[in-house]
Amino acid sequence: MKIIKETAPKSLGIFLVFTLLCGVLYTGAVTVLAQVFFPEQANGSIIEVDGKQYGCELLGQQYTDGAHLWGRIMNLDVSAFRDENGKPLLYAAPSNLSPAGEEYAALVAQRVEWLREADPGMDETAIPVDLVTCSGSGLDPHISPAAAEYQVPRIARARDMTEDQVREVIAACTQGRFLGVFGEETVNVLRVNLMLDGILE
Amino acid sequence: MTAVIQYALYLAILVGLAIPLGAYIKKVMNGEQTVLSRILTPCENAVYKLLRVDREEQMSWKKYAAGVLAFSGTGLAFLFLLQLFQGVLPGNPQGLPGVKWDLAFNTSASFVTNTNWQAYSGESTLSYLTQALGLTVQNFVSAATGIAVLFALIRGFVKVRETGLGSFWVDMTRIVVHILLPLNLVIALLLAAGGVVQNLKPAETVPLLEPVAVSAEGEVLEDAVIDREAGTVTVDGALIPDAEIVTEQFVPMGPAASQVAIKQSGTNGGGFEGVNSAHPLENPSAFTNLIEMISILLIPAALCFTFGSAVKNKKQGIAIFMAMFLCLVVALGCIAVNEQAGTAQLAQDGAVDLSVVNQAGGNMEGKETRFGIAASATWAAFTTAASNGSVNAMHDSLTPIGGMVTMLLMQLGEVVFGGVGCGLYGMLAFAILTVFIAGLMVGRTPEFLGKKIEPYEMKWSVLVCLATPMAILVGSGIAAVVPSVMDSLNNGGPHGFSELLYAYSSCGGNNGSAFAGFNANTVFLNVSLGLVMLFARFLPVIGTLAIAGSLARKKKIAATAGTLSTTNAMFVFLLIVVVLLIGALSFFPALALGPLAEFLGGVA
Repeated sequence: MKIIKETAPKSLGIFLVFTLLCGVLYTGAVTVLAQVFFPEQANGSIIEVDGKQYGCELLGQQYTDGAHLWGRIMNLDVSAFRDENGKPLLYAAPSNLSPAGEEYAALVAQRVEWLREADPGMDETAIPVDLVTCSGSGLDPHISPAAAEYQVPRIARARDMTEDQVREVIAACTQGRFLGVFGEETVNVLRVNLMLDGILE
Repeated sequence: MTAVIQYALYLAILVGLAIPLGAYIKKVMNGEQTVLSRILTPCENAVYKLLRVDREEQMSWKKYAAGVLAFSGTGLAFLFLLQLFQGVLPGNPQGLPGVKWDLAFNTSASFVTNTNWQAYSGESTLSYLTQALGLTVQNFVSAATGIAVLFALIRGFVKVRETGLGSFWVDMTRIVVHILLPLNLVIALLLAAGGVVQNLKPAETVPLLEPVAVSAEGEVLEDAVIDREAGTVTVDGALIPDAEIVTEQFVPMGPAASQVAIKQSGTNGGGFEGVNSAHPLENPSAFTNLIEMISILLIPAALCFTFGSAVKNKKQGIAIFMAMFLCLVVALGCIAVNEQAGTAQLAQDGAVDLSVVNQAGGNMEGKETRFGIAASATWAAFTTAASNGSVNAMHDSLTPIGGMVTMLLMQLGEVVFGGVGCGLYGMLAFAILTVFIAGLMVGRTPEFLGKKIEPYEMKWSVLVCLATPMAILVGSGIAAVVPSVMDSLNNGGPHGFSELLYAYSSCGGNNGSAFAGFNANTVFLNVSLGLVMLFARFLPVIGTLAIAGSLARKKKIAATAGTLSTTNAMFVFLLIVVVLLIGALSFFPALALGPLAEFLGGVA
């Protein structure tokens, strides 16, 4: 009993002090410093041209237009979030499917067929794995250079561009590994499409 | 080839940073001067003055344990109430309602026990106030509690014929002020610089390049032709009435970077966003990934060196570190090879390219392009070795063997580095078991670091080591016969059983990662998993402190030629064998029904 009597008030007091230190002061200090030094990054990396917003650089979108570069398979979610007028907003979720299941094999076969149809000239080329798999967040904004290259002929045909012109745009939106070693080479799909559409230079 | 270099560098950076941090933590534990003392010691003293804490107090093990329990209980109650009433509290720009009682209990238990199991999705369930004042605070203090208990155990080894283990309040204050706050301030700012959001604004919306059509029932219409000006949607020439056209995308905002920093470095793991560090706004690049991933194991690895230095036997610290490190490397290798190989279902007889030419290749289901296989496999090994539980790829979509290794790492009792503090005190309980078994084999009284190991220590060590297997097996056994649990499964067959087993392994190991297709937000699962987490956390805490109290009272015995060495390769080997024996054998039957059955089904 004596131990509890001594311990209880101390634990409440120290809990409140830590709530102030770690919850309020720490979070506040990081917010202020981040807003002062890294305002663009800390606010969601939204692409703005002449005051108009064109999507978030870090969130994937779904593309089905043959003249656009396509990203990872998206498992769209239109029920989780709505704007203030009640209109549904786009979000996405991972599939959480086992890559060793029967159901999964059928799903991938379907995607392969759909990509073959979209791009009849590429029958001989194996499809890069990024184009038939759903990402970890469901919102992956990138694809691999191989997955981008696979789509070059289709985009060039749809836009009356040469394949090299499309490749130039892709190269401009390709980022190498961090310090040349860490992570993977990535192509930002939204940036490529905004450049193809003439919105980004 | 670059993948191999990546794996090697991740491990090298970890060790390179852990050694100096371990030395720093030892100084903090003993109240010695450090480079940051001039700024931080006044803050520390202010806390003591405000709360009238006696910094010289030496608590008995029972009083220390009472402090841990009372403090954790306070946090549990506060977090529970905060969630229930978040709807009427400020700091809620999204206007989210209060959380239901069972989910609120589950989340409170989860964050107080350093588990961070999440049966909810952050961006759609919790207000900024709850995230910052509730979860971020628990991320700090639950981590600090683990380290404090470890400090008490270390003092048990060091002290001779004394009863006190130091003051819980002093340990907590020093750990938070001198270690966790400065470290995380740096990590959080690096993350914000790398693109992790950090603000107090409500969520934003941005326009989509291509609109998406949705039927009145809320189904996405594939192959729809959308006339934006007329606002009509047609599929195969037929007009779809009441179809809605989605033209904007949801962009979550909020104070993420500050919380992500501590959830990584405190082995908490609870994501700000639902998909954790796979989310591009929580982990946008290989740079932020490197920082977040190293943070997972930084403190747990450093504490091995702290331990060695504090017991004045650096070789002992290195021996424990080596046992953990070897297990980690083997596990990482297994995951890496399996994920890079992919599966036959994905390869489609060669129609899908799984090679590494201009892409990461392998099993990319559930993985982000920017991380590929190497950074995802390393993360998966780190997060389940440490009881972190954050993910940058979906573990539900790992290959069968890759998924099994992550599960096994948790089932070993989270002692391959494990949670901050608790991983090491768990491993020390295994070390006590090991010297006891080895002592019996050669017919000598077992001793560890000059202290005799007697039945009292043995009983508590066994409880500490068996708490996790008991919690997991009993919990998942009950859940497997509850009919309603079937509805929570996302995959059928053996993979469905793996989802269930993973959930209880994760909570019983205080890890918190998930096979995320599993819907854990039901009353039965919330309550049972909550209880599993509390049991698996606090039984070992009490056991460890009891051992510490008993060891501190003993006299020191000098090492002789007949003393079993606990610092050589033989001991490291024995320790690993004991850990594997208890962990792996307890779970072999369960694993055979889940991931092994799935793997063999794929081979046959």
